[in-house]
Amino acid sequence: MNCLDDTIAAISTPIGEGGIGIVRLSGSNSITIADHIFFSPKGKNLKDTKSHTIVYGFIINPTTGERIDEVLVSVMKAPRTYTMEDVVEINCHGGILPLRTTLRLLLDKGVRLAEPGEFTKRAFLNGRIDLSRAEAVIDVIRSKTEQSERLAFQHLEGRLSVKITDLRNNITDICIHIEAHIDFPEDELELMTRTEIINSMSEIETELSNLSKGYNEGRFFREGVSTAIVGKPNVGKSSILNALLQRDKAIVTGMPGTTRDIIEDYLNIDGLPLRVIDTAGIRESYDLAEVEGVRRTLRAIEDADVVLAILDASRPIDEADAELMKKVKDKKAIAVINKSDIESAKFKFPDDTNGKGDAAWRSGAEAAEKSHIDTSASCCDTVPVVKVSALKGDGLDELKNAIYSLCISSSDIIGTEGVIITNMRHKHSIDRALESLREASETFENGEPFEVVAISLRESLHHLGEIIGVVTTEDILDRIFSDFCIGK
Amino acid sequence: MTGFEDPIKLLNISLESLTPYRLMHKEQDCYDVIVIGAGHAGCEAALCTARSGLNTCIFTTNLDTIAQLSCNPAIGGLAKGHIVREIDALGGEMAKITDRSGIQFRMLNLSRGPAVWSLRAQVDRVLYRLNMAQCLERQKNLTIRQDIVEEIVVEGGKVKGVVTSLGTFSASKAIIVTTGTFLKGLIHIGLANFQAGRAGEFPSIGLSDSLRKLGLKLGRLKTGTPPRLDAKTIDFSKTTPQHGDDPPPPFSYSTEEITNPQIPCYITYTNKKTHNIIMEGLDRSPLYGGRIKGIGPRYCPSIEDKVVRFSDKERHQISLEPEGLETIEYYANGISTSLPYDVQIRLVRSIEGLEDANIMRPAYAIEYDFVYPTQLRHSLEIKGIDGLFLAGQINGTSGYEEASAQGLMAGINVVLKLRDKDPLVIRRDEAYIGVLIDDLVTKGTAEPYRMFTSRAEYRLLLRHDNADFRLMEKGHKIGLVSDAAYEKVKEKKRMMNEEIKRLKGVRVKPSDKINEALSTIGTSPIREEASLENLLRRPEIKYGFIRRFSPSPYGLTSEVEGIVEINVKYNGYIERQVKMADRLKKLESKKIPLDFDYRSIQGLSKEVVEKLLEIQPETIGQAGRMPGITPAAISIILVAVERYWRQIKSPC
Repeated sequence: MNCLDDTIAAISTPIGEGGIGIVRLSGSNSITIADHIFFSPKGKNLKDTKSHTIVYGFIINPTTGERIDEVLVSVMKAPRTYTMEDVVEINCHGGILPLRTTLRLLLDKGVRLAEPGEFTKRAFLNGRIDLSRAEAVIDVIRSKTEQSERLAFQHLEGRLSVKITDLRNNITDICIHIEAHIDFPEDELELMTRTEIINSMSEIETELSNLSKGYNEGRFFREGVSTAIVGKPNVGKSSILNALLQRDKAIVTGMPGTTRDIIEDYLNIDGLPLRVIDTAGIRESYDLAEVEGVRRTLRAIEDADVVLAILDASRPIDEADAELMKKVKDKKAIAVINKSDIESAKFKFPDDTNGKGDAAWRSGAEAAEKSHIDTSASCCDTVPVVKVSALKGDGLDELKNAIYSLCISSSDIIGTEGVIITNMRHKHSIDRALESLREASETFENGEPFEVVAISLRESLHHLGEIIGVVTTEDILDRIFSDFCIGK
Repeated sequence: MTGFEDPIKLLNISLESLTPYRLMHKEQDCYDVIVIGAGHAGCEAALCTARSGLNTCIFTTNLDTIAQLSCNPAIGGLAKGHIVREIDALGGEMAKITDRSGIQFRMLNLSRGPAVWSLRAQVDRVLYRLNMAQCLERQKNLTIRQDIVEEIVVEGGKVKGVVTSLGTFSASKAIIVTTGTFLKGLIHIGLANFQAGRAGEFPSIGLSDSLRKLGLKLGRLKTGTPPRLDAKTIDFSKTTPQHGDDPPPPFSYSTEEITNPQIPCYITYTNKKTHNIIMEGLDRSPLYGGRIKGIGPRYCPSIEDKVVRFSDKERHQISLEPEGLETIEYYANGISTSLPYDVQIRLVRSIEGLEDANIMRPAYAIEYDFVYPTQLRHSLEIKGIDGLFLAGQINGTSGYEEASAQGLMAGINVVLKLRDKDPLVIRRDEAYIGVLIDDLVTKGTAEPYRMFTSRAEYRLLLRHDNADFRLMEKGHKIGLVSDAAYEKVKEKKRMMNEEIKRLKGVRVKPSDKINEALSTIGTSPIREEASLENLLRRPEIKYGFIRRFSPSPYGLTSEVEGIVEINVKYNGYIERQVKMADRLKKLESKKIPLDFDYRSIQGLSKEVVEKLLEIQPETIGQAGRMPGITPAAISIILVAVERYWRQIKSPC
């Protein structure tokens, strides 16, 4: 169970809309921990910052040094805060991705993800909110819990819970052998061998690690895939967007951007929600060469989960196209050859006439080569190519399939039998479980005493238990009694 | 005859200590405390209250079976051995009596880590009970009476006293019920059954009904015991002897040396033939025929259970344990059964070494009433009946050690109650005793509850070597541990800390001498200066190695050396568990008011409210351990409880 005064954090603004969001921390370590991931160009640190002031700086990944976002951080020291504990609020500006990364960095530093309504609960318990509002506090906890429980039920038809239960059973298997070894030294038990235990641990580690890697894909289901459509002017970006949207008219909800001139549209591919980031360049005719246009496009590529790089089949591929392909090579990207109906002779794939009709999986490099562009400057071999005609509607299904496959069937989630983690809390628990299990196998292989190995194994069980329910030692004893002939 | 000689003097008891007791003349039969039952729980309870100056009376159905070891003639074992040490540290008697009655001592699990080493002793059954009975007889403030208590009298929700089978009434302020398996005890041997408390003794029928009438919920459990064999008819040459440790390690922190002669146990096995005999006899098994309704312990199954459930196992181990130094009776540990006598004889005689063995006492199963322990508070007082405490097997536990521990805790809490103090609740990170009681009152039990180390979340903290560090202060505060003993443990702790400080400070330079010694014990040489602490952290290095190179100036005993080694080696893990435990403490400190009205809280499901009303958790921590209570429910209770306390502080 969680305790009352550790340091907690959560994204405290609604997810999905708007570019600004706040990650809030509360607890005695919140300022020190925030300092770990905060960098001020003026060399300030949060610890020495006066209470109730705002500091400008960057969130950086302390291990890689990577800059996550440009932020304003409010530091509020106890007791004059909402929770009456030290509170730090990190105002991120770069949309959902930096918010999420910031939160994850904090969790990695030992902060606990706040439970539903926990900030309000603390505010009450610490005397910040008066007695008359106690009922309201309970309502907040309850409604937020119900909300998250509803989401939990949607969880891809409970497949995750089945998977976690399986993994827990496998860990319990190891656990009961270790525990039986400790508690029944006088009994003759047929226990797993050393090698069996090591192998089993390593198998579970692999599975947990795959699940964890699959989080990004799972997040797509929950928060949508941010998709950027980029390309030179007049390659047909908006017509492709409109063509995609037309297929799903019913669920299109155009919403104008708020703080920035980006418009997001939503569409749905077999349950996978796509948030199409329509860069300004699409609706307004920016020239790619123009500085502002380039900047915007790069920004869109950077922020997006998936990039659709649009090429024009009716024109030869030029340097701007090649430059674009180079930019997207490290992303999940698809080269979309538009205007396949009026394809020029210069833009031709070797076997595109054999009537396969499906998405043509070709490397952008090939395309570039065909059009006599320096291949080294074009792009890598990993970007799939799809031909469409936005005008005629040809190839749109193929494009959708390609997007779906890119998000879902990527090698990251092989081995998890289609089980996908969509919830950061779950991902966090899985990571912790994996960490504990690794520690268990390390101590086991080092020949540390079993009761030390058992500590890590139980922690691992506990963290998985957080996802699906509570763990008790009774589980372990029940299994020991049913699996072993105990009692000489 | 040379005139009058005081018989008490002949017993070599100091008259001085008895004088006030002898002078005490009672106008009416009136006590501070009445203890019902003189088994392991009852003895500890009565000794505790009497030693604390409370006028105590203990009732037993049979003076000759005080502190009888009804089942195996052994004390301790995994987790149970830890409990015995804890009882000793709190000022209980069990460890001392075991040391005086033990005929074989073994430290179990030495091949595992030190947290799960555990002591087990074979004891002389007769010596054990005589030693305990003597202890009771010589105790000031303690009256011992042979009689059967039939009824507990409660008026206005408060205990008044007891009525016995002789029709007498005895009054008291508190009552501790420690009746073991005696409540409506029913013994089964094959299809034959009869009422008994244990073999050869009266059951207690009236008391069970009396408890029901007081509104308590009772259930039924079952346990069993194996046959006792005649050593004259055992061929020990066909078995493997199992000896104890030499020198035998004692249980009590106060015992200097074990003086009894030490004798071995003997190991043999069942075989296919045995299993066939059992299978053929199952049609007359009260267990398989459905006659036994009580639930038995899964960790201590009868031999028929083992053979049926694990049919692919070709043999099961049997340990022939001596019942004492002066008897030919051997306890055949491993073949507990309720099969008919004729099947028992055949099954015993199918076993190697037992071909001609005679059964002196048959194995049997016993069913008995127990009180669902979720009706208790952590103090072991029944919720809603002021002054009624329950301890031992009546609470659904199994084992002498578990019983003694509860007896002691019930005793302590009666003392504190009559002194108008808060009860002593031992936390789960402080002792197995804490785990035991918290499990019982929070989760209840469906089978006879036995302690295992795996029940403890903080196993690395609850070691047998540090029970005195953990608990002696509490025992001393109550007055059960002498100043001298308490000073001794403080000194021991100081020495340990000094030595650990020294190990951190002393640095060893790489030299041929040390590196050679390191490679001899199979660990890598040092290339640069290393502290002794760092060296001792290595799994291969024992304290003895440190002693060779840098003997401690503090003249440590080998016991303290061992404790130092454990603390250095497992420091990281120990600290981790301490941190976890600290978090628990905060939740444990959030008290929930007695009779808190959960029904008035919006947002708790009906099931949750019902559970909370049944268990009436005393703290938020305890509520969180209740099965089926979600973190969200805990948050809601936390807020509601906070509101309650604030309203009390500042009524609007």
